[in-house]
Amino acid sequence: MEKKIDVRGLSCPQPVLVVLQEIKTTDKGRLIVLVDNETAKENVIRAIESQGWRVGEVKWEGLDCQITIEKD
Amino acid sequence: MNKNYFSTRWGIISVGAIIGILAPILQKLGNPANMGICVACFERDIAGALGLHRAAPVQYLRPEIIGFVLGSLLAAYLFKEFRARAGSAPIVRFLLGFFAMIGALVFLGCPWRTLLRLAGGDGNAILGLLGLIFGVGIGTLFFKHGYSLGRSQPTYPVVGWILPLIMIGFLALRIIFPPVEGQEINGVLFYSLKGPGSMYAPLALSLFISVIIGFLAQRSRFCTMGAFRDLLLFRQTHLLSGVVALFVAAFIVNVVLGQFHPGFQNQPIAHTIGLWNFAGMALAGLAFALAGGCPGRQLFLAGEGDGDAAIFVLGMIIGAAFSHNFGLASSPQGIGPHGVAGVIIGLVVCFFIGFTMRSKTR
Repeated sequence: MEKKIDVRGLSCPQPVLVVLQEIKTTDKGRLIVLVDNETAKENVIRAIESQGWRVGEVKWEGLDCQITIEKD
Repeated sequence: MNKNYFSTRWGIISVGAIIGILAPILQKLGNPANMGICVACFERDIAGALGLHRAAPVQYLRPEIIGFVLGSLLAAYLFKEFRARAGSAPIVRFLLGFFAMIGALVFLGCPWRTLLRLAGGDGNAILGLLGLIFGVGIGTLFFKHGYSLGRSQPTYPVVGWILPLIMIGFLALRIIFPPVEGQEINGVLFYSLKGPGSMYAPLALSLFISVIIGFLAQRSRFCTMGAFRDLLLFRQTHLLSGVVALFVAAFIVNVVLGQFHPGFQNQPIAHTIGLWNFAGMALAGLAFALAGGCPGRQLFLAGEGDGDAAIFVLGMIIGAAFSHNFGLASSPQGIGPHGVAGVIIGLVVCFFIGFTMRSKTR
């Protein structure tokens, strides 16, 4: 079970800040980021890609979006 | 994955450039010099039009503010991004908007106008810009130490509609009580007979252009405060490239239209007191950073359903009223009699908020 990072409801720049902090302490593997708006989704993806992570599955469920991010 | 062109690097650059072209054109069409668009100034003028303050030269119900919110609302609905949400420390956001406005009016402009003043050759805006970056920089330090206003919650759609509806109400007032030549009042609205409040582009053009800008800004997440924040916090230049594009485009259009007048003295709606140009914008920058967006961005967020951003906007409008009623706002003659006190109190309040609202569990 991958670790879930819930940044729903946080305003800028906190979603990115929280996710970056999390991947700093994770060398590789998979994480799931939970966001609730397009802007946070775009920002998180832009930020993790600049850190050498890539985006796996992006899945909307109602108001929430699950982004799977991974690094080998 | 659905790709949003405007969220790409070239997307944000084109949106910045379009705003940079349209703002000086709004000046040509009648808006005040170096003030084609200024969110702080225009909200201040709205406060004046409603009689919340009675500073005679700055009373006009600016359609641009209305257009920004409605353009963003339109984009949010078209692209299914409208999300009614609220509840992230609204009263604190009100205060941040309130003091952001006080700081902005000591400098005489929001971050957009800072860029437009620079692009028009106003050298006094250099210290304003540095102050803005300094204030945003302090804000990033608070974020690094866990500052957070907490999470918002999804809520009834109507909560997200409140500010757009208020804007539609404002538009109705502007149509019912239009400006009348030589008349300071029409119905419930106040108008300026001279000064910046008496200069405005035709209603339909102002609305049309601002709806386009609101639409594009919602798609691209354009944010002038975020530009400097992301650079300082993440070494990221995405939003910054939009801001640079705005400046370059506005500069070129100003040169073409003969609106570029380099210098420090006698710049339109500006004063030359460098320290307070810097400090005013430092306060504004800190407040924008703590609230998560520049004044323009707060309007676009409010348009896509963010009730907390809407509260920030109302805080700015009320802050403008206090600014003029209490003698905090500057004028071309210099800073207001109590402007210094306003900035100091604002900084104290922002630091208090920054130090005390820290989440340990983040």
